[in-house]
Amino acid sequence: MSKTVPVLIASIVGCIMIVANFSPFLLPARQIAEDWFTIVATIAMMLGGANLCVHHLKNISDREAGWGFSAVTLISFFITIAVGLLKIGVVPESEQQVKFAWSGPFQQEGSGFWWIYQYLFSPIVSTMFALLAFYVASAAFRAFRAKNLEAILLLITALIVLVGQTRDREITSLFLPPPAEGMPQHVPIADLTEFIRKTFVTAGQRAIMIGIALGVVATSLRILLGLDRSYLGGDE
Amino acid sequence: MNRETRFWTVMFLGGCLFLAFQSLGTARGVGQQFVVRVDATTGKIIPPATGASDASSAVKTVIYEPASKDDPEAIWSFSRTAGIWIAALLTLCIFSYLYRDNVCYKLAESIIVGVSAGYWIVTNFWEVLVAKVLVKLAPNVARYSFLPDTPVDVKADYLYIVPVVLGCMVFCRLIPKIAWMGRWPLAFVVGTTAGLKLTSFLDADFVRQVRSTILPLVVFSANASDVSTLDWKQSIQNIVIVISVLSCVTYFYFSVEHKGLVGRISRVGIWVLMISFGASFALTVMGRITLLTMRLQFLFDDWLGLVRI
Repeated sequence: MSKTVPVLIASIVGCIMIVANFSPFLLPARQIAEDWFTIVATIAMMLGGANLCVHHLKNISDREAGWGFSAVTLISFFITIAVGLLKIGVVPESEQQVKFAWSGPFQQEGSGFWWIYQYLFSPIVSTMFALLAFYVASAAFRAFRAKNLEAILLLITALIVLVGQTRDREITSLFLPPPAEGMPQHVPIADLTEFIRKTFVTAGQRAIMIGIALGVVATSLRILLGLDRSYLGGDE
Repeated sequence: MNRETRFWTVMFLGGCLFLAFQSLGTARGVGQQFVVRVDATTGKIIPPATGASDASSAVKTVIYEPASKDDPEAIWSFSRTAGIWIAALLTLCIFSYLYRDNVCYKLAESIIVGVSAGYWIVTNFWEVLVAKVLVKLAPNVARYSFLPDTPVDVKADYLYIVPVVLGCMVFCRLIPKIAWMGRWPLAFVVGTTAGLKLTSFLDADFVRQVRSTILPLVVFSANASDVSTLDWKQSIQNIVIVISVLSCVTYFYFSVEHKGLVGRISRVGIWVLMISFGASFALTVMGRITLLTMRLQFLFDDWLGLVRI
């Protein structure tokens, strides 16, 4: 019972989604199911927030190593939620909405929530991604060795595409002497990059996408037929 | 005090002295931000307040827009200046990880964990729970509280109680005796995702990709005088694409042992994949370097004001 009902729910809802793709009569049902999905997923996200609080409160109460950082996490979490939910600094945006104090958009420029996004969220996230530039370069320096044909192909392509995107992309060749009279010109690096992108990259990505699609279809069918129940977890 | 501590102390003091000099000794200052006050309802700029009887105090809905320091109506913004300073210090905290894991980095990391969790909860609260659930279940409440633009003729749709109840059942997982009920919403989410993804992946990532690979191997194009000639560039491109995709797909086909002809074709597939990975690597590196450039631009221009254009 504890597993049969969920499997039935997953199968029925999944089948409605598939059939709705082929039948216009079921399109409203598909739209409603999509809305419901968003709502359930949103409320599930609240559970994620509750778990975050429980985990960090436990760290603090047990005085575990680094509990101070847990306190920082909780403080920043609650401040963000309070500022966002109370719409601190948000003002109505039109003459008709002046009497509705909470009617302004929660991400309005100049509001508290906007400030948090602009000066806390965005800089930290983009710097963390920027940091990867150093680690990718360092890892490449350590790992890239032209040991065999595959590695040589990877290295040369990376070099061509890297140069092809710089401001010197119009250069005709990499340290090659100019061609002799009557001989065809060297292919510009930018053109070569474009050719690689249009052919080999497209082909490689396409093959990977086809593989992923077949994998997703197989996994979805296993879930809808009740063959894969791993998402239900162990017995409770 | 060991040598390392001495080095970092000198670096820190040097940085502080430089910041002090930049702040006090230059016209631009460090991270100074200016705004103009704008009436949100009319969009008109409100001149800076001159006294208690000033007309601008009657405006209730004031928003602030960024402005140049030279703008006569600009006023100094404490919140934005503090924001620039905090963003710059947090950026430096994250960069400090390049030296080694340290307290500053962990502090920034803890902040981002809390802020990002809170950010997505707030965003989903307003965009889903209010804009979808409240509007569907109680449109009048939505109209008189948060969304005055909700149409008057919207009727309540009580069917939307079902996802709310399903969603609340997620919290059953916190109570061991009824934890099994928490599987129902999970099953709903998994079932919906499986149904949606099955058709969308089959359509976009399989059928369309196969269709895009069925290309003419010899392409003729008409020139200005309407005479069709061989377009060798496009022909080569199409041949390379078709051969590459087929060889890559052969490489991913594991039901047959990769020996003989299949082995040779799949080897070509590996070469194509290597070229593809090399290009993807280069594109990733360039993307990260662009981000790095933007962060450095923020530090040196927006914060320190060292860039002169």
